[in-house]
Amino acid sequence: MHDFEYEAPSTVAEAIGILEKHNGSARLLAGGTDLIDQIRMGRFTPEVVIDVKKIAELMQMEVTADGVQLGAAVPCYQIYGSEQICREYSALADATKIIGGAQIQSRASVGGNLCNSGPAADSTPALIALGTTAVIAGPAGTREVPVEEFCTGPGQNVLQRGELLTALKIPAQPAASGSHYLRFIPRNEMDIAAVGAGAQVVLDSSGENFVSARISLGAVGPTPLFAQEAGDLLAGRPVSDEVIEEAMEAARKIASPIDDMRGTIEFRLHVTGVLTRRALETSIARARQNLGK
Amino acid sequence: MATIEHEKTAETQKYKVIGTRPIRHDGVDKVTGRALYGADKRLTGMLAGAMLRSPHAHANIKSLDTSLAEKLPGVHAVVTSADLPDCTDKVANLGEGSVNLKHLSNNVLAGEKVLYRGHAIAAVAADDIHIAQEAVKLIKIEYEVLPPVLHVLDAMQENAPLLHDDLKTDELGEIADQPSNVAKHFRFEQGDLEAGFAAADVVVEHEFKTATVHQGYIEPHNATALWNADGHITVWMSTQGTFTARQQTAELLHVPVSHVKVVPMEIGGGFGGKISVYLPPVAAVLSKKSGRPVQLVMSRTDVFEATGPTPGSVIRIKLGVDKEGNITAGEAWLAYEAGAYPGSPVGAGAMCVFSCYDIPNAKVDGFDVVVNKPRTNAYRAPGATNAAFAMETVVDEICEKLQLDPVEFRLKNAAVEGTRRVDGPVYPRIGMVETIEAIRDCEHFQTPLEGKHRGRGMATGFWFNIGLKSTAQATVNPDGTVGLVEGSTDIGGTRASIAMQLAETLGIAAEDVVPTVVDTDSIGYTDVTGGSRVTFATGWAAYLAAIDIQDQMVERAAKIWDCDATKVHYEDGAIHGPDGNKLTFKEMAAKAQTTGEPIIGRGSADPQQPGGAFGTHLVDVEVDVDTGKVTVLRYTAAQDVGTAIHPAYVEGQIQGGAVQGIGWGLNEEYYYDDEGTMRNSTYLDYRMPTTYDLPMIDTILVEVPNPGHPYGVRGVGEVPIVPPPAALANAIYQATGIRMRELPMSPPKLLHEILGKAKTNGA
Amino acid sequence: MAKKRVVTTTINGTQIEFLCQPRQTLLEVLRDTLNMTGTKEGCSNGNCGACTVLMDGRPVDSCLVLAVESEGAELETIEGVAPAEGLDPIQTAFLEQAALQCGICTPGFIVAAKGLLQSNPSPTEEEVRFYLAGNLCRCTGYDKIIRAVLDAAQAREEVTV
Repeated sequence: MHDFEYEAPSTVAEAIGILEKHNGSARLLAGGTDLIDQIRMGRFTPEVVIDVKKIAELMQMEVTADGVQLGAAVPCYQIYGSEQICREYSALADATKIIGGAQIQSRASVGGNLCNSGPAADSTPALIALGTTAVIAGPAGTREVPVEEFCTGPGQNVLQRGELLTALKIPAQPAASGSHYLRFIPRNEMDIAAVGAGAQVVLDSSGENFVSARISLGAVGPTPLFAQEAGDLLAGRPVSDEVIEEAMEAARKIASPIDDMRGTIEFRLHVTGVLTRRALETSIARARQNLGK
Repeated sequence: MATIEHEKTAETQKYKVIGTRPIRHDGVDKVTGRALYGADKRLTGMLAGAMLRSPHAHANIKSLDTSLAEKLPGVHAVVTSADLPDCTDKVANLGEGSVNLKHLSNNVLAGEKVLYRGHAIAAVAADDIHIAQEAVKLIKIEYEVLPPVLHVLDAMQENAPLLHDDLKTDELGEIADQPSNVAKHFRFEQGDLEAGFAAADVVVEHEFKTATVHQGYIEPHNATALWNADGHITVWMSTQGTFTARQQTAELLHVPVSHVKVVPMEIGGGFGGKISVYLPPVAAVLSKKSGRPVQLVMSRTDVFEATGPTPGSVIRIKLGVDKEGNITAGEAWLAYEAGAYPGSPVGAGAMCVFSCYDIPNAKVDGFDVVVNKPRTNAYRAPGATNAAFAMETVVDEICEKLQLDPVEFRLKNAAVEGTRRVDGPVYPRIGMVETIEAIRDCEHFQTPLEGKHRGRGMATGFWFNIGLKSTAQATVNPDGTVGLVEGSTDIGGTRASIAMQLAETLGIAAEDVVPTVVDTDSIGYTDVTGGSRVTFATGWAAYLAAIDIQDQMVERAAKIWDCDATKVHYEDGAIHGPDGNKLTFKEMAAKAQTTGEPIIGRGSADPQQPGGAFGTHLVDVEVDVDTGKVTVLRYTAAQDVGTAIHPAYVEGQIQGGAVQGIGWGLNEEYYYDDEGTMRNSTYLDYRMPTTYDLPMIDTILVEVPNPGHPYGVRGVGEVPIVPPPAALANAIYQATGIRMRELPMSPPKLLHEILGKAKTNGA
Repeated sequence: MAKKRVVTTTINGTQIEFLCQPRQTLLEVLRDTLNMTGTKEGCSNGNCGACTVLMDGRPVDSCLVLAVESEGAELETIEGVAPAEGLDPIQTAFLEQAALQCGICTPGFIVAAKGLLQSNPSPTEEEVRFYLAGNLCRCTGYDKIIRAVLDAAQAREEVTV
């Protein structure tokens, strides 16, 4: 494996200092489940690897009435281990439960998944559906970016030199809401999504009409996608197969998948619609359950 | 050590040890991490090796400069093909298959040309693996990239780029004038094909394609070698055959076989893929140059790109059946990808394609074709699964067309004792009919399958099994136990199944046998662990060693009792003499030391009648018609296993083989880009089934003892991989009305058919 | 070459110090430095689970952990699963159920199963299959492995009761 130095700072400021010093040739290590393999395969040849797991705030997860403050390096198992996350932020629990197997979930973090910026990342569409904001710290202070704007291309994102992702802020979900993330893989576990879809819906008190909806897609474009139109067209409409069909079509419209070993274009376009429908149906069912319907 | 209580089968009631389930002798070492596999070998001063492999699928090597790598601190040796002696066009027999030594040498380290991505070119030995890998990057190499040929039909085109300019087709025994990628075309025929098809009321003809797939063993290839100053080479490795590894290493290095000792480490799976050598000659030459022991271990990507696989293929089947459901004629055309060098298992595929049925008029053409992929190797019933996928789906379609019950059709046409296979041999007593009946009568078959988009499919399969040579030696210990020394590397519990046959013969407990697998200097010649032969042939050798012990104990007892040996006999674990004299095995073992020479049993076997094996599988699936994903709901495999020596490990062979077949059927494939790079050379994207993809696999052990073995043993390991893809295809048809004729039947392909059908129906 | 680090960690209950380069994985250090070869390498990219160890009670692929990251951690490897005398019920169940053929995946499965039973002492078949999907076996078709883990869960319960 490529030779590198190892640093384990205990504060964000220290981490920023090391990042600045190495001017682009440092890589951040959270769970390492992508990074270590990428260094082994020669995709990255960093001078230094900065382990962020000693930074307390990156390892904290706080669930309050205002929402979730999720440290960027919190491993998956802690996230789906929270009953409140499972209940109120179901899409995130869904995603973290299916990233890799038990071994990967012990280490892999949602922040790492986002910063790796793979188009097929499982947790990113879930974050988008839940309306999450990325908190970025850098030499010039902190800034916040909606997760749907974080990735800019395969393996690329908005992080500038010296910056790191510290946390994800997920807003409190309305009582009449439900969310879901699912993906298509040829096996039942241990695969990269061929297509992923996330949804969050808010229903009116009858449980029969959409108040709003957010739909997100994975693995069908250069980045995880926010299918804003698909969600917006549901707002104020009754819950029905026809309306959901419209959302499926709108979701398909923004997909621009490729042919590769994980699926064909034809397959991915079709399944984009199918998963959009399934994500919505489960989200609706969960919202109705939360409403007591 | 204990034996697990379990009801014995009817066939094994007559035995004391055979048919029971003792805990395997090597079990504790394997559940505690103490068992030493190839990569676990540690030697003082051992260096780590790394290899330079081709990034191109097809290229000429214009220049190769290793000087910078040699200068890197910590590097002790660099080798290329120039360090291997020239090998001639000589064919070496490997037990299960054979190999041209020039090709093998070129495969171990490429000469002037690389023929597939991952083809080994050079190797470095250094103080640690990281330095070795850095040194590999310092090797300068210039390629002239050539267009790759990646598919068998493309390679057969007249204007196809040629892999070998000296390869000329063996066309039905005549060598052609011009070079070609087709190494061989052969044909089997019987009866009158034309008359046979004329007598048919229904003829079905289709083309099938199967993808290249890998054996997928979890342990990567490895070799640790020491080339000593006295000229003797020791290789510690995971191999299916120490003696074939010794032979190949000696031949490739031009040293006498007696100068090579191969020490078997525990082996982490093989399925046929760990018979031919890749690393030992390279590790040996690195050791010679550095004067230190050298260990080479492949990465997972190396394993996918440069070892294994089993061939992709194109198969055409034409089958004629009369109204009464009798098969009147069959014609098959099989073209298999050999990979970079000739030697695909198309021969076996051609012999197996019609092997389950009595087909009076038949013709089979086989083609062995080179392509720019790794040289293919044996994989569990090599060649048979491809052929069965084609044949068994055609059978299913014929049954549908003639509205015949698939069970009755198979029973009516089944191969039985006396049936002549298309390639000539006439079957002895076989159990094809019994496996079909077992499926017909099982609870799974009798329970109707309900639910939307669900289907049930069945298929049968055949594999020859092989005999070959084995040696066993057994030493009687004074405490009444027996040390059993054998040469068959234990890939799945054969220490137990061999020890049990020795124990049965001597009338002692399985736990009183201590089996050890030893190196090539310590036991007589033993062929590979392959061809489902170890329990059959090495078991036979152990049986002979036990008989030898019986004879010596009889002699000894006669001496003790001062009587004629003809008055003494061995029975039921004891020696019986005149006047009610009796010594149990344990008593005699204790006396042996003080009454004469040590008692050592010797057995060497070369049995000729391994007894072919048949299996019939039944599967229920559910298809998600929105995504094309197939879920296996229930699976039952019935197999003629001869006599199940250790039933738990027989079941395990069937379950493991069935699941490999399920993987092959549904998702596994080498996915290449146009440049010939395998895009899915990791376990992430080469999708072998996980725990979460499967139901329990039910097994039915049908015991039709092999008349060619003292305990009726038949090979059991290979045939279970043969039926699954066809059974799945037939089940998918029931569920969706779609006939899948290409493997794998992965979601994108099945969904494509589902959408196409919906469009046609809608229009 | 990057400077070597001294790492202090606890392996199978014993505090251990070792020296490693930052680029060395925990798997490499276990096998090559500490000579604990019971932990196996199957793929080195986290897809087969053969190198599973418990790190602070959780299963991890040791090929995807840098050895330096184990500073201060509690590690348990296959070598530490059995008590001083005899075997862990999971190991016994693997033997009794014939849940191994070649055995190369067995250490990883046993360690992962221990992780499972620590967090979920009486799992269903579905839960066992889900949890162990990160461990590949190519020999057994998993049937007997799943049965062994279910048996072990029961045996452990009987011990605790």
